[in-house]
Amino acid sequence: MTKFLTLLSREVKSYFYSPIAYVILCFFLGLTGLCFYSGVGFLAQGPTEHTVIQAFFDSIPFWIGFILIFPPITMRLFSEEFKMGTIETLMTAPVGDWQVVLSKFGGALVFYCVLWLPTLLYFVIFQQIARADAANATGAYLGSYLELWMAGMLFISVGCLASVLTQNQMVAAVISFCVITFFFLGTLLTFFKPNIAPELRMLVSYCSVLEHMGEFSKGVLDSRRFVFYGSGTALMLLLTHQVFQFRRWKA
Amino acid sequence: MIKVENLTKRYAGFTAIKDLSFEVEKGEIVGFLGPNGAGKSTTMRILSSYMPATSGRASIAGFDVFSQSMQARQHLGYMPENVPLYPDMRVTEYLNYRAALKEITGARQRERVGDVKELCSLKDVENRIVGTLSKGYRQRVGLADALLHSPDLLILDEPTIGLDPNQIRQVRDLIRNLGKHHTILLSTHILPEVEMTCSRVVIINRGKIEAADTPENLVNTMRAAGGIRLEAKVGADDGVAEIGKLAGVKEVSVETEDGWSVFTLRTDARTDPREELWRLATDRRWTVRELSRRRATLEDVFVEMTLGDDV
Repeated sequence: MTKFLTLLSREVKSYFYSPIAYVILCFFLGLTGLCFYSGVGFLAQGPTEHTVIQAFFDSIPFWIGFILIFPPITMRLFSEEFKMGTIETLMTAPVGDWQVVLSKFGGALVFYCVLWLPTLLYFVIFQQIARADAANATGAYLGSYLELWMAGMLFISVGCLASVLTQNQMVAAVISFCVITFFFLGTLLTFFKPNIAPELRMLVSYCSVLEHMGEFSKGVLDSRRFVFYGSGTALMLLLTHQVFQFRRWKA
Repeated sequence: MIKVENLTKRYAGFTAIKDLSFEVEKGEIVGFLGPNGAGKSTTMRILSSYMPATSGRASIAGFDVFSQSMQARQHLGYMPENVPLYPDMRVTEYLNYRAALKEITGARQRERVGDVKELCSLKDVENRIVGTLSKGYRQRVGLADALLHSPDLLILDEPTIGLDPNQIRQVRDLIRNLGKHHTILLSTHILPEVEMTCSRVVIINRGKIEAADTPENLVNTMRAAGGIRLEAKVGADDGVAEIGKLAGVKEVSVETEDGWSVFTLRTDARTDPREELWRLATDRRWTVRELSRRRATLEDVFVEMTLGDDV
C-alpha cells in the first residue's frame, strides 16, 4: 500500500512539474466560467423548469470542452515512460504491474477531481446572490458530480489504454479522443438515422454519456449507469494491464 | 549469486540469446562482454525481471527471476543502459521516491539516501533537477539508486558509456570499491577497464557464450599471445629467413623504415624467443635499436573471439 501511495503521489506531482497541468486548468476554468455565465443568463430570461446545474451542464461548449480535457490528461501516462526508458527502472524495482497501472489511473483521476474543485465555487456564489432554492436542488448537484466523476473514470481508463498502446503521446491523444467522442456522438446517431434497429438504439443509449447526464442532473440515480461505468472502467484497466505486460515482455 | 541455466530469448523473427548458462559467485566482479547486439542487454533485462525468457531458468540469490521476481528484485540493484531517470525531479526527491518504492521509509530512508549521495559524490547536486545534470552525474544518480537498498548484487549495463576519461576513472574506482561488499555483473566496451576491475570475464557473441574465465587466463590461452618487435639494420629478406628458423616463431612480417627493418613476430602462447633473437642478432652483427614484447590484451581476445570467424 505504501508503494502504491508513493507511485500515486509521483503521478499527481508529475502533472504539476510540467506546464500541462496549468494549461489544462486555465482552459477548463475559462470554459466552465463561460458555461456558467451563459447558464445563469438563460435562467434570467424568465421562468423555467431547469435548475442552474442543468443550465450549466447541458450546453454544447461544455461537452466539447469536456471531451477535450481527457487526451492531454492521459496521453503521457505510459507513453512517456516507454519513450524515456524509465519503464525499465520502474519495473525492475519491487513493484507489481497492477500497482503501476492503478497508480497511473488513480493519479489522473485525482488530477481530474482537482480540475472540478473550483467549479463548486460557482454554485456557492449563485446561491449567495440568487437565493433561488428551487433552481438549486441538492440532488441535482450530487447526481451531476457523481456522473462527471464516473464518466471521468471511464474516459481516463480509455486514455490509459490508448497511452499504453504507443510511445507516441500524440498518437495516444488521438486514439483516446476518437473513442471518447464515439461515446458522445453515439447518441447523435439516433437523430440522424431515426429508423435504426431498436437493439442498436438501446445499445447506443446505454453507452451515451450525454443521455446519462440528462438523468443525473435531475437527481435520478439509475443503477444501470453504475454498472455501465464500473464495468467499462474495469474492462479498460484490465486491457491496459494486459497490453502493459505484453509490451514489456516483447520489448 | 547468479545462476543462469539454458536461457533462451526469442523475439519475433530472431533469437537474441541461445541456451546461455553461467554462474556468478558471491563476491565476484564479472565483466560481461560482447559486440553490440550480442545479447548482453537482453540477458541483463531477464536477470532484472524486466522481461521473461522464452525458455530456461535464471535465479538471483536463490530466487527465480520470474516466479519469485519480487524477492529477486529485493536482492538486486540494476542500472539499465543509458540510465533512464525522470528529468523533472530533483536528485534527493528522486532518490527518496526510489527508496520508498524499495520499501525503505522513515529514518532509514534519510540515512540510506544520505549514504548513497555521499558514496556517489552527489552532495553538491542534491537539489538540482535531474534533467539539467550532466551525463556523468546522471550516471551517478543511477548508480546511487541501484545502491539504495544495499543489494547483494549489482547489475550495471554499460556504466561508463558516454563518460569522459576522468569520469570513467571515477566510476571505475567506485565500482572497484563497491566490489568489496557487493557482487557485480557489468557490461562494457572499454576493455582495459575490465582488465583492471573484473575478477572474471564472460564473453558472449551472437547469443552464445564464447568464453568465461579470468582475464589473465583468457589472454594466456590465446592462439597467438601478443607479438615481438625487433628493429635492426639488416636486409629484410635475410632477416625474415633467419628469424623464421627460431623455435616457437610462427610468423614473421617486415617493414622497412628509413634504412631499418622492423620485424613483427607472432609466437606460440608460452614461448618467449627474445633471448635467442638477441643471440642471433649479436652473432650476425646486426645493429639493434629496439627489441620489445607486446603483451596480448583482452582486446585481442575479444576481437579474436567475436570477429575470428569472419576475418
